[in-house]
Amino acid sequence: MTDAPLLSVRDLRVTFPTRQGSFQAVRGVSFDLGRERLGVVGESGSGKSMTGRAILGLVRPPGQVAATSMTLEGESILNLSDRQMRKIRGGRISMVMQDPKFSLNPVMTVGQQIIEAYRLHAKAPRAAARQKALEMLQAVQIRDPERVMNAYPHEVSGGMGQRIMIAMMLAPDPRILIADEPTSALDVSVRTEVLNIMDRLVRDRGMGLIFVSHDLNLVARFCDRVLIMYAGRIVETLAAKDLHNAQHPYTRGLLSSLPRLEAPMERLPVLQRQDSWRDGETLMPHADTDLPGGL
Amino acid sequence: MLNVKNLNVWFGLVPDRVNAVKNVEFNVTAGESFGLVGESGSGKSTILRAIAGLIPTWSGDITVDGKALKTDRRDRAFFKTVQMVFQDPYASLHPRHSVDAVLAETLRLQGMDNIDSRITKLLDDVGLGKGFRFRYPHQLSGGQRQRVAIARALAAEPRLLLLDEPTSALDVSVQAEILNLLADLRGEHGLTYVMVSHDLSVVGHMCDRLAVMQHGRIVEVMSVDALRSGAGEQEYTRHLITASGGYQPA
Amino acid sequence: MSNTLSRRDWLLSDAPQTRRQARLGAIYQGWLTFRANKLAMVGLIILVLLIGMAIFAPWIAPQNPYAQDLGSRLQPPSAAHWLGTDGLGRDIMSRLIHGSRITLFIVGTVALIAPIIGLFIGTVAGFAGGWVDQVLMRITDIFLAFPKLILALAFVAALGPSIGNAVLALALTAWPPYARLARAETLTIRHADFIAAARLQGAGRLRLLIGHIWPLCVSSLIVRVALDMAGIILSAAGLGFLGLGAQPPMPEWGAMISDGRTYILDFWWVAAMPGLAIFTVSIAFNLLGDGLRDVLDPKGDKS
Repeated sequence: MTDAPLLSVRDLRVTFPTRQGSFQAVRGVSFDLGRERLGVVGESGSGKSMTGRAILGLVRPPGQVAATSMTLEGESILNLSDRQMRKIRGGRISMVMQDPKFSLNPVMTVGQQIIEAYRLHAKAPRAAARQKALEMLQAVQIRDPERVMNAYPHEVSGGMGQRIMIAMMLAPDPRILIADEPTSALDVSVRTEVLNIMDRLVRDRGMGLIFVSHDLNLVARFCDRVLIMYAGRIVETLAAKDLHNAQHPYTRGLLSSLPRLEAPMERLPVLQRQDSWRDGETLMPHADTDLPGGL
Repeated sequence: MLNVKNLNVWFGLVPDRVNAVKNVEFNVTAGESFGLVGESGSGKSTILRAIAGLIPTWSGDITVDGKALKTDRRDRAFFKTVQMVFQDPYASLHPRHSVDAVLAETLRLQGMDNIDSRITKLLDDVGLGKGFRFRYPHQLSGGQRQRVAIARALAAEPRLLLLDEPTSALDVSVQAEILNLLADLRGEHGLTYVMVSHDLSVVGHMCDRLAVMQHGRIVEVMSVDALRSGAGEQEYTRHLITASGGYQPA
Repeated sequence: MSNTLSRRDWLLSDAPQTRRQARLGAIYQGWLTFRANKLAMVGLIILVLLIGMAIFAPWIAPQNPYAQDLGSRLQPPSAAHWLGTDGLGRDIMSRLIHGSRITLFIVGTVALIAPIIGLFIGTVAGFAGGWVDQVLMRITDIFLAFPKLILALAFVAALGPSIGNAVLALALTAWPPYARLARAETLTIRHADFIAAARLQGAGRLRLLIGHIWPLCVSSLIVRVALDMAGIILSAAGLGFLGLGAQPPMPEWGAMISDGRTYILDFWWVAAMPGLAIFTVSIAFNLLGDGLRDVLDPKGDKS
């Protein structure tokens, strides 16, 4: 359905200097993002969050980002100045963090923060921005947006907070949304709601979504395509619906180490890590899913 | 092994008093593994902390091994019977104490002899080995830290282990290792577990029976077999089971 | 151990084999962090030189610091007197060198007494809570309510002017900020899971306080002390300047400035040289404190 990718990353590397030499948190990651829901899965330390941060230019020194190319709708976004990057961040690429408690400013009302975020990028008059904020809160299915606008972050629940974050991030109509574990701090029942909202927004607006998560089952059901990361590299790329038929021993090991309600077992199989995974080829059993018109 | 009756736990003073646990009642027999399941704020961890004596503001009856507990004081015998493993292995180890220091202090406090050989044995038991003895927490991964925390809990040779979300801060592959370790230890030492978790599949894997909690109350107590077949009597239980099955597109 | 392992690797090993290796490794890590801060190294070198100067004062000093030579009073810096002479013809350089002993004595004593009082009061207040906390903190507030130097003046005036009393007065007025700091730290630590875990092993309050809470408070106190050192030196000099600290003819730096005050317009070096010395040492302590913060502040080691 779509032609050129929204975001194209080639050979992305993030390096941190340490006493024992430099440490590469991300080691040559390449992928394209279309108008789809792309899941990035891996364990802690696999470089999945760092990949999202590198795209947004949020890797703090002394960390260094390098890539052969990184383009957003054909424009290079590699090594932009801070000022240029700020315009892109929040304007064309937005990010939803893990815990809304830490990403909302506790001394500003929710309404002020959404209006602020919107005006920073859209330069709209205050009244229009307010209208937009109300619309966005409605879009994330907040029943009483007027009341929520005047609430402070500590007065809203976790699920509500995360919805507010999403509303704030979506207000400037970004092309791409990067969500870093957006639901891990939420209870299961709230989680479904938040995901539904994200799903519908992405679908309606034709956005690209990068969904960073450690939860394989969630990603399998929610995303169109999945990248599995191990030790800073993508070890396997496949369509989300095929995740349970994954080929790479790492992916399979992760899947089988999950306890399952419907299939009780005495002992859980334990993942035996192998050094060869660090530098092996990326498995792409379905090359045609490389850039699907998933939506 | 553990009987809890009419347990109420609250925080704060009267005008702002929050009743975190209301009239909770359950029994755990020796050798059993009992799960407490619920969403955040349902009071499940609070129950464990009240049993362990970490929260003084409770009323009701808690009996461990036939002995009724006093509200705020716990004696030596209690600490030799009941131990706890905490949720976050990054917060439950003192950042400036080495593994050796942690275990040695614990053993000394519990009045054990042969400390040197016991430390080696404990580290072996939790699958760490001698090489880890002199490391500091920052030299350990999350799973290794949790193993040290388990070793610390085992040092007193307790019979009842309170597990407060012992794997929720860990990666799934590490979770599998820790769950296996806990299962093995239970077999070897004949331990009784009370495990708190928000993850139904983890409780389903580890426990024999479980209590579902909501807003500080126990909604129902059921067997794991009933959980597997999705046969909750209460609507809330069924809702929880469906929701934990993963994301269902609307 | 084996020669295949260099000493550096042995120290930086992630899997130390003995208690000693683990401890030395931790120290070496800290040293590497500290060394990376160039300015802190400058501070450290200055302070090492100062200590060396104090130890070897009688051998380094070109002349007797007390020897008066009224014939050559108020001489400008020259080959005979590198830093000039004062109003009684005493060699300023020799006096500065001997004065470093007094400065170190003051700083060292205050740095030992004040943080220990503060640590004790602060952690007890924070850990015990309730009325103990209330009482201890109100006492702290009373001390904090007075300007430090004024309070020290009052103490010295009551006890009589001498260097020992000046030190005591400074120490007694310097502890409240440490108590506040230690209490704040204790409040964040006291509900940590590792404290709960230790309580579950039957650890008593005293053991928790000394074995678990103190080690975590001490590092931030050390940093704070190093940063405050400059202020302590200045307060000591201030007392000396007011004639309430070291008594003449002791070559205390603050008292030396006070002596030079009379001649400051025509014979600048008399006051400027000790002033420069105080300035240098203050800066050195400040730089050292900055470096120590890199090493000891737990919030800093998440790299």
